[in-house]
Amino acid sequence: MSDYLEFEDGDVIDGVHYHRHDVVIVGAGGAGMRAAIEAAPRANTAVITKLYPTRSHTGAAQGGMAAALANVEEDSWEWHTFDTVKGGDYLVDQDAAEILAKEAIDAVLDLENMGLPFNRTPEGRIDQRRFGGHTRDHGKAPVRRACYAADRTGHMILQTLFQNCVKLGVNFFNEYYALDLVMTEVDGVPQPSGVVAYELATGELHVFQGKSIVFATGGFGKIYKTTSNAHTLTGDGVGIIWRKGLPLEDMEFFQFHPTGLAGLGILLTEGARGEGAILRNASGERFMERYAPTIKDLAPRDIVSRCMVQEVAEGRGAGPHKDYVLLDCTHLGAEVLETKLPDITEFARTYLGVDPVVEPVPVMPTAHYAMGGIPTNVKAEVLRDNDTVVPGLYAAGECACVSVHGSNRLGTNSLLDINVFGKRAGNNAVDYASTVDFTPLPADPAKAVRELVEGLRDASGTERIAALRKELQDEMDRNAQVFRTDESLAKVTETIHELRERYKKVSIQDKGHRYNTDLLEAIELGFLLDLAEVVVYSAKNRKESRGGHMRDDYPKRDDETYMKHTMAYLTGDPHSADAADHISLDWKPVVITNYQPMERKY
Amino acid sequence: MAGAATLEAVDNTAKAEAPIQAFTVTLNIRRYDPEKDAEPYWQDFDVELYATDRVLDALHKIKWEQDGSLTFRRSCAHGICGSDAMRINGRNRLACKTLIKDLDISKPIYVEAIKGLPLEKDLIVDMDPFFASYREIQPFLIASSKPDKERIQSVAQRERFDDTTKCILCAACTSSCPVFWTDGQYFGPAAIVNAHRFIFDSRDEAANVRLDILNDKEGVWRCRTTFNCSEACPRGIEVTKAIAEVKAAVLRGKPDIPKK
Ligand SMILES: Cc1cc2nc3c(=O)[nH]c(=O)nc-3n(C[C@H](O)[C@H](O)[C@H](O)COP(=O)(O)OP(=O)(O)OC[C@H]3O[C@@H](n4cnc5c(N)ncnc54)[C@H](O)[C@@H]3O)c2cc1C
Ligand code: SF4
Ligand code: FES
Repeated sequence: MSDYLEFEDGDVIDGVHYHRHDVVIVGAGGAGMRAAIEAAPRANTAVITKLYPTRSHTGAAQGGMAAALANVEEDSWEWHTFDTVKGGDYLVDQDAAEILAKEAIDAVLDLENMGLPFNRTPEGRIDQRRFGGHTRDHGKAPVRRACYAADRTGHMILQTLFQNCVKLGVNFFNEYYALDLVMTEVDGVPQPSGVVAYELATGELHVFQGKSIVFATGGFGKIYKTTSNAHTLTGDGVGIIWRKGLPLEDMEFFQFHPTGLAGLGILLTEGARGEGAILRNASGERFMERYAPTIKDLAPRDIVSRCMVQEVAEGRGAGPHKDYVLLDCTHLGAEVLETKLPDITEFARTYLGVDPVVEPVPVMPTAHYAMGGIPTNVKAEVLRDNDTVVPGLYAAGECACVSVHGSNRLGTNSLLDINVFGKRAGNNAVDYASTVDFTPLPADPAKAVRELVEGLRDASGTERIAALRKELQDEMDRNAQVFRTDESLAKVTETIHELRERYKKVSIQDKGHRYNTDLLEAIELGFLLDLAEVVVYSAKNRKESRGGHMRDDYPKRDDETYMKHTMAYLTGDPHSADAADHISLDWKPVVITNYQPMERKY
Repeated sequence: MAGAATLEAVDNTAKAEAPIQAFTVTLNIRRYDPEKDAEPYWQDFDVELYATDRVLDALHKIKWEQDGSLTFRRSCAHGICGSDAMRINGRNRLACKTLIKDLDISKPIYVEAIKGLPLEKDLIVDMDPFFASYREIQPFLIASSKPDKERIQSVAQRERFDDTTKCILCAACTSSCPVFWTDGQYFGPAAIVNAHRFIFDSRDEAANVRLDILNDKEGVWRCRTTFNCSEACPRGIEVTKAIAEVKAAVLRGKPDIPKK
């Protein structure tokens, strides 16, 4: 038994701090805190988060959270399920979508009961508004399904969940960066046994042993330059899982949100179009009428983004370089803008100097949401292959792929996802923890992280992190954005290989131990390189166009060949020149219950 | 209708066509690394910037191109996460919401950490005391009823506490308060704003508990209405007004909330 580490909670061995908790949650955004609210009252729970919980990017979500409450007009969870499946271009697992839509109603009521200040109807009920792709009776007309709190729904969700965590005394480890998942061989099978984290304030390492471990680390929009995502959304959790040889699902599907502030990527919610704002090209034409005659500007995001890029490509863009289109809110009036969309009105004023009350706002698609991620089943259990679970390991929120969003997520379905599957992850993690003993830790569980950290701190190369990151992001915007081709993707793969070689020669300037953000940016870049490569490699392999993945060289959806999820595995040395030598791809069937794939028309 | 928008579009184009000009701006940043420095000191950096750049962009340029050891917190970059409150030219603001064009660049821009909280490194302070005061006012809904659906709240009742729900806990207000600088025990404006958010929520049943807490000698009565906090708040919350409303509620023994 000497192979395993003997320790007590609170021990410091060779400078590494050891902790023991039944449930260890990584990430304190919406998904992580929703899980913590279930877990903390029932089990000894620790939440590790690289940001103070209220700094998480859930707080940036604006528009709303979908649930067929039918508070303002007839609605049903079955219609919501259909919209989710159709919106995801049929790559959605329909059993999961059904759970999402059914449990949505309680998820919203839970939040209201926890104190969330939703906007209200004249009767004092939760008000609802329209959002892209959400329709009445299988596509007949837009329906009011998004529950909202002005245009800061995500802020209110994050605050409300944090408030309830304070109420429950949840044990947060703030500004601790999880950098590795510890696996221990038990009977020849690697079992998750803990998480290694780096404490920002001190530079010290901590190992958290856990019976159940929940990943809720959010997205990785920073693989792109133009993005609505925060600087900190570098996909660390997804990258950690990847490096363990566990699969990632549907990574080629990244959502580009139509209305990012041109040149900046800061998001203007689809709720603006829900309230009646209109997209126009240079000549003032409402071009969405041509592409989606029934629901026009409220078509799903993949479609609208594509149409915008096409308008610009065909010379109908606005501005001096004809490189953006216009979001026209002027007819909504100051009253609607100030009361229902105050934050985005201010973003346009502050960052572009454009007042949406009197002039249209320059917009272009912005990298927004990762549909793919860590594969899980509907219990939020992480999968090791198409159907075997990794016992005790869970994932929820944007880092996970259940898959309820298929190839294109509908607006307002992610705030829903983090609540429904965050709750499930928390509950199932506790249930599991109550039935098992701790898996022992290996002798030196922090070894790999210590080597990584010390290697970077001592490195004396000439390459700079920021320069490499910028090249990666520029290249991803240029060649792996809304439209992709075999050729463009091949270019990115090459660039990533080069960058990876140069990454070996980086050095950082801050050699200190306290608050060394220089060091952490270097580590985060490592994750970005890994994930960008999986995105591009998976995209190259899918020779069809579906949802968020648009191949110029294969413009049609091909159900015959590709009606299945991509599963990517790291199987070799990531430095090998040919990605095929270190990534292997497989397929996983899509779960179809009620809805047979149809052509997607709006 | 379309015509009007087109005209606007043309105007917009004209404006954007003005040539984009870069300036060299000097930032004077108060540095401190306890592993190396006995005392904080000021350091100059020259950076090429555009008028539309934010102070956060300037800090990033310095960190990424000149001195990787410059340390600050940031995440969202658009004023929503509350990470990057700092003193810019003597005023508390978010670096990501302060545009270069709104500052006088004929002189150096002075940037330092917010005051009143322990300085950790460069622009980073220890936020734990700030969150400790926040926790003390019981910042969560306390309601005994167990409705099977949502609790009913009228539009007017919801509006009553709208302003204070916007808080992103950035600490710009609290760390701009002269009372807080001299007396770290004072709850500070942010905690009172968050108490207000619940005291004036028609669904909450514990207003009196919070009013009691804030009637303490380190509570609302320490506020001397200097308005620094309202000026500092990046979310435009009328902080001083919220504090005044809490004071009034303490005196009346209950908050003034619309009946319907
Ligand atoms: C601008 C914007 C607007 C949006 N609007 C909407 C909307 O209106 N409706 C909707 O449904 N969806 C919306 N979305 C999507 C939705 O907000 C996100 O997908 C969702 O909030 C993600 O939540 P999460 O909990 O998975 O991740 P996050 O909230 O991003 O949280 C991630 C957490 O993980 C932690 N973390 C990350 N890495 C590490 C690490 N290495 N170690 C420790 N901790 C780590 C972070 O500290 C953080 O606490 C929007 C997204 C954006 C960007
Ligand atoms: S009240 Fe304003 S300044 Fe104070 S913490 Fe909240 S958002 Fe920041
Ligand atoms: S970086 Fe989020 S508020 Fe400035």
